[in-house]
Amino acid sequence: MIDETFIEKLKQRFGEKISGANLENVDPWIEVSPAGLVEVCRYLKEEPAIAFDYLNSICVVDYCETDPKKAAKAKWQPHLEVVYHVSSIRHKTTGVIKVMLPRWKDDVEGNIPELPSVASIWRTADWHEREAYDLSGVLFVGHHNLRRILCPEDWVGHPLRKDYEMPLEYHGIRGR
Amino acid sequence: MSNANHSEIIELDVRTDEMLVNMGPQHPSTHGVLRLVLRTDGEVVSEAVPHIGYLHRCAEKIGENLTPRQFVPYTDRMDYLAGMNMNLGWSLAVEKLLNYDLPEKVRHTRVMIAELNRIASHLVGMGTYGLDLGTFSPFLYAFREREKILDLLEWVCGARLTYSYITPGGVTADLPSDWIDKCSQFLDQFEPQIPDYHTLLTTNAIFIKRTTGIGIMSADMAIAYGCSGPVLRGSGVDHDLRRDGEPRYTSMYEGYEFEVIVEKSGSYPKDQVYPTVPDEAVLGDCWHRFYVRMLEVIQAIKLIRQGMDFYRKASGDWGTPIKLATKLPQGEAYLETECPRGQMGFYVVSDGGDSIPRRARARSSCFSNLSVVEELCRGGLIADIPAIVGSLDIVMGEIDR
Repeated sequence: MIDETFIEKLKQRFGEKISGANLENVDPWIEVSPAGLVEVCRYLKEEPAIAFDYLNSICVVDYCETDPKKAAKAKWQPHLEVVYHVSSIRHKTTGVIKVMLPRWKDDVEGNIPELPSVASIWRTADWHEREAYDLSGVLFVGHHNLRRILCPEDWVGHPLRKDYEMPLEYHGIRGR
Repeated sequence: MSNANHSEIIELDVRTDEMLVNMGPQHPSTHGVLRLVLRTDGEVVSEAVPHIGYLHRCAEKIGENLTPRQFVPYTDRMDYLAGMNMNLGWSLAVEKLLNYDLPEKVRHTRVMIAELNRIASHLVGMGTYGLDLGTFSPFLYAFREREKILDLLEWVCGARLTYSYITPGGVTADLPSDWIDKCSQFLDQFEPQIPDYHTLLTTNAIFIKRTTGIGIMSADMAIAYGCSGPVLRGSGVDHDLRRDGEPRYTSMYEGYEFEVIVEKSGSYPKDQVYPTVPDEAVLGDCWHRFYVRMLEVIQAIKLIRQGMDFYRKASGDWGTPIKLATKLPQGEAYLETECPRGQMGFYVVSDGGDSIPRRARARSSCFSNLSVVEELCRGGLIADIPAIVGSLDIVMGEIDR
């Protein structure tokens, strides 16, 4: 589904908002800038020839290395990747949309990065975004009910971050 | 009678104060721990909010610290009623990343095992659904047959619930020599019993009253909420990954003949031996979701029978499981398979040079299927909630991360 002509068409339509693509990977992906995410997603869903009407999953991959030796060797800068797996029931096709985010907003540790919510496009994004917020720490702006979904409401930190540390104690329960 | 009518009538009749009611976390229809917070007005539910996260076994975090083969036993514990299907999903995703080809025999073994497990899982779904609605015998009948399937699965891998049999690169061992004959005997014995289930549930007047016209989910709603499996097909969406999925998965079913169970133009196709849709049933209600599962069992039996023939003729061996610490190439692969409860997706990300993935993600079908509860229950009666939640056939282990 995602090939060179497809990317070319998207770039003509959205310009800078399509910030890149990878066609060599097993599942080729489109990279979208955070500002253009909602617009591009709406187009991908509503354009009849593409019709990505089904959101499979939202997943956050944390590129961060806590071991300084390995971090020096890593080929990437620390960042977060938010990955949207979408598919079309009508055309039986699948696609991958990616957004790159800094690990912390304005480089202030503890200040989680922001991304516009796509829950208005795919209803199911509601829960998937809550999960991504809860476990990986991405603030979905415009989400109507962005609360923790798996962890308790008063839990500190986002467990799927690579530098997350299990608390020593939670309400009198030993953690580590 | 639809949900909307219930609430209108009752609103005119009795008007009481609003009340918050906690349902669960030990409600029998959820095989575990789900809490529903209901806002009720008399018998009518105006809001039902599911609260999840009572298990939280950190499956994804563990996946980031183990090699793909070491992670296989953890996938069993996700959907513990269909462990084989979970193994299969994870194995295929890893194989997709490694670009690993399999011998012919493995393919047929996997089809047989996965479909057997699908029957076992649907039997639990069906039996416990009867239990939710207050009938006990179908549960016993379903479990009696399930035990026989578990015996067969125990024979191939030694475990009855957490199998870890299908593994990246193949299966852990070949099928025992006369396993196929025993399996065939089981199918011959099991198939004539299916009409009993239809007598006990599908055509039972009380069952029809309790399930038809309740929790109606339109096709658009099912797609918008990301529902999958029997829940999606019960709403009339013709989508099954065994036919429409990725080549790596659909090629497993190449040469097999089966039907995707979905209602077409007013009735279920071909299976006219089984009961017809009752007049009260509306497409997308609890009855339809239940019925899709019942008919899928028949299709699974067909698939296993074909698998036996193919397996006997197939050449090659049972595959070589990848090494415990096989290096993963740089890249990422996402693959979804059709599990009994819906589309189960696994996502493996590797940054190269290491045998431990950077990210191991499980996208579960129950997670999306459960999110729709809030909308389905709105305007229904308290007594309808077990019927609605049960019809989604939720396993909490899968929702957990």
